[in-house]
Amino acid sequence: MNFPFILFLIASFVALGSTALAITGRHAVHALLYLILSLLSVAVIFFLLGAPFIAALEVIIYAGAIIVLFLFIIMMLNMGTRDHNSDWIQPVNWVGPGVMAALLLAVLGTAIFQGNPGILDTRVVTPQEVGISLFGPYMIGVQLAAMMLLAGLVGATHLRKRDH
Amino acid sequence: MLTAPLEYGLFLAAMLFTMGFLGLLVRRNLIFMLICVEVMLNAAGLAFIVAGARWGQPDGQIMMIFILTMAAAEVAVGLALILSIYRRTKTLDADVVSQMHG
Repeated sequence: MNFPFILFLIASFVALGSTALAITGRHAVHALLYLILSLLSVAVIFFLLGAPFIAALEVIIYAGAIIVLFLFIIMMLNMGTRDHNSDWIQPVNWVGPGVMAALLLAVLGTAIFQGNPGILDTRVVTPQEVGISLFGPYMIGVQLAAMMLLAGLVGATHLRKRDH
Repeated sequence: MLTAPLEYGLFLAAMLFTMGFLGLLVRRNLIFMLICVEVMLNAAGLAFIVAGARWGQPDGQIMMIFILTMAAAEVAVGLALILSIYRRTKTLDADVVSQMHG
């Protein structure tokens, strides 16, 4: 049990706890702050796994841009004060979906732990390698992603225009 | 050199995905449902990164970049839809929206 592995475990527990608080929160802004904590701890895990470029992207795009979009909408809707349907979040409502989700987790855990055991000797994959591969064999994926972003832009604009 | 078993990372991704799925099933607030979808996408990306780190290849990170792009586009369209729904129904309850026909 070396030091990076202890860091990995701490970041994992922080990610799990903050995600649990994010999905159970009644206050939307508090839930977003917990989501930021979860994303940052996942970024730490990316860094420990030898993916520093993705760790930076996670902080910049997820915790930066996407969360700010959520905050804009929450402020526009002025729903920061309280959840409109807090009566839905009773403990009894978590039982049925909880059982289904626990079954899903059991299946995933069985699939993971019954497979071939392996020790992760991570090698740092530099941004240079990622870029060479991204604009080499994955060039068609980059172009498709660009088209999807354009479609998302046009779609969002159209949805907002139709109301007026 | 970091030695962490592959199973820990994959199991963390599985637990995060399951929590997002559970929240998506339980919550009826549209903003929280979108947050849960984000958690699930992030967990899927974490699984890609863990798998890419296992073999030391950049392909996992490239898939994570594509997931990131898709999440950005999805959030933009999803939030525009939520705004439209809120303007029409004055609520963010998903059950109210389920009553619309046509």
